[in-house]
Amino acid sequence: MTAATGAPTAPPSPARLLRGDTLGRFAYLAFCVLVFVFLVAPIVVIVPLSFNAEPYFTFTEGMLRLDAEAYSLRWYREILENEVWTRSLVNSLVIGVSATALATTLGTLAALGLASAAMPARRLVMGLLISPMITPVIISAAGMFFFYSSIGLGQTHLGLILAHTALGIPFVVITVTATLSGFDSNLTRAAASLGAPPLYAFRRVQLPLIAPGVISGALFAFATSFDEVVVVLFMAGVEQRTIPRQMWAGIREQISPAILAVATFLIVFAALLLVVVAWLRRRGRG
Amino acid sequence: MIGSGRERFRALALVLPLLLFILVTFIAPLATMLVRSVHDPVVADALPETLASLAEWDGEELPGEAAYEAVARELVQARENRTLGQVAGRVNRLESGLRSVFTRSARSLRDVTDGPWRGVLEEIDAAWADPATWHAVRAAGQRFTARHYLNAVDMQRLPGGSVARQPEERRIYLPLLWRTLVVSAVITILCLALGYPVAHLIANAPERRANLLLALVLVPFWTSLLVRTTAWIVLLQTQGVVNDLLLAIGLIGEDGRLAMIYNMTGTIIAMTHVLLPFMVLPLYSVMRAIPGQYMNAAASLGAKPAQAFFRVYWPQTLPGVGAGSLLVFILAIGYYITPALVGGSSGQLISNMVAYHMQTSLNWGLAGALGGILLAGVLALYLLYDRLVGIERLSLG
Repeated sequence: MTAATGAPTAPPSPARLLRGDTLGRFAYLAFCVLVFVFLVAPIVVIVPLSFNAEPYFTFTEGMLRLDAEAYSLRWYREILENEVWTRSLVNSLVIGVSATALATTLGTLAALGLASAAMPARRLVMGLLISPMITPVIISAAGMFFFYSSIGLGQTHLGLILAHTALGIPFVVITVTATLSGFDSNLTRAAASLGAPPLYAFRRVQLPLIAPGVISGALFAFATSFDEVVVVLFMAGVEQRTIPRQMWAGIREQISPAILAVATFLIVFAALLLVVVAWLRRRGRG
Repeated sequence: MIGSGRERFRALALVLPLLLFILVTFIAPLATMLVRSVHDPVVADALPETLASLAEWDGEELPGEAAYEAVARELVQARENRTLGQVAGRVNRLESGLRSVFTRSARSLRDVTDGPWRGVLEEIDAAWADPATWHAVRAAGQRFTARHYLNAVDMQRLPGGSVARQPEERRIYLPLLWRTLVVSAVITILCLALGYPVAHLIANAPERRANLLLALVLVPFWTSLLVRTTAWIVLLQTQGVVNDLLLAIGLIGEDGRLAMIYNMTGTIIAMTHVLLPFMVLPLYSVMRAIPGQYMNAAASLGAKPAQAFFRVYWPQTLPGVGAGSLLVFILAIGYYITPALVGGSSGQLISNMVAYHMQTSLNWGLAGALGGILLAGVLALYLLYDRLVGIERLSLG
């Protein structure tokens, strides 16, 4: 984060012009560093605290002295041995993976249709498909609670899968649509002129090229479901409790640093997702 | 050459499955909620004859014996059908105290076999001799009602049929709505103030460093919301890391620990953190496209740095400022999780009131009306966003 001392780049950038005033430049950089600290520090602080040997949410004196005794894996052992947490992990995975598969399939097909110039009422359809993303989640959750219980899907895995699919679809539609806008349709035409049936051309020519967009859409959909708590709060029974739902209960009841151990798992998971999506994006561009 | 009719059919066939899916799994639930906010058949179904005999009632004096006879019979019936609690609850919302009147009356009426019913009911509870009770029954018996919407904007329908504002001390929702808008505006301004310099730094850094800095912005974006909220609780609570730090460097004393969480401060800090990436990303993509020559030209023509910034650079970033601010504001007014977990009692927003009426007071009609108002506001802002930015270009990290 020391952009000030970076090697000068060929065209003078606005940032370099602001450098005229050294004090101002210093204040600007210091401010940016503080903002980055604000963004990242809260998340980073969680990790060491999850190894706290004491049931506190703060650094003990032993931890500050880097005493090995002050650190332990007890909270990790606790969550791994606790059936409530393992069951909620299974629920999160079952619901997340099913919702992702459904959202990615339907969303990719729809994006292919939407990319066609012949698609009627394109803006309206796009608006409807994106609506789950723009509706405040409390409203979605309230409506889903009424509707799904009235058709007998309240407190079921299927109900939650359908609900999470709906919430994940906009992300798939948006990312795949964006990838398709860079797709040269001459390629499928070339495949057709060489005798490839439409489905074969799609599978062998178009799909490999838009795959990065499809996969990052799927990751967005999975991340949405994996982190979703409000709909679960309204619709899930004890049998459908997911990890976020369990964390919600943990935060509300102030139980133990065990939730910091779960949080650390989720941070590592988020970092992995970030790396994969960044990699896909670079590949999609290249 | 493929005919355009066939192309059109192909496009529709691809989109249709998803469109139907969204209509059933998402639009239908929203519609159910909105219908609930104006339609409530519980009282009308439970007390049909009572309501029929109240149809000709002038509303001034007490109604005739027919109404007393009908309500006595239908209350006992409702008790047997186990709908009495719901009926009593709805009437009670219009005239508080009637819940117990209804349940007690239904219980006492079991042992009474004949009238005159007016005398019987008035003996059970004097409320039956008050026209206000009957007004409440008649109002609660409407299948379609704007009552919840009036309630949601702190208005009420007077017995005469006119609409008036609630007395000052009973106004809850408009002040809450106002608070939500103010807090969202504060968060938007904070995000802009924090995000603008950072976006500028990233946009003007060499590519490798820009990618690294962008990753720092995206880590919180991808991290579970509950993890981030937990982090703020850990940091900000009175026995937490920040207070310990301030104590260690001597800025505060042991009894001067700051209350930074479970109040509005906590809501604002945590929500600014959550929403900041939504500001940085659109700003960054606009700033990256601004050529450096403009600022050079301004400087070579003699502009001071501040002048060059405000006259040349800032105007070019306005599309990003608009897109980011609008997005953060829209997300903030509908926010639920963070205020619910770190807001305490003073840091709650309108979404939390929807949740309260859904889960605690069980006044689902009012929850629907508050949700409907919030939804209308958010949709209006999104239409604006679509005009200005284009909805498909929502930043997704």
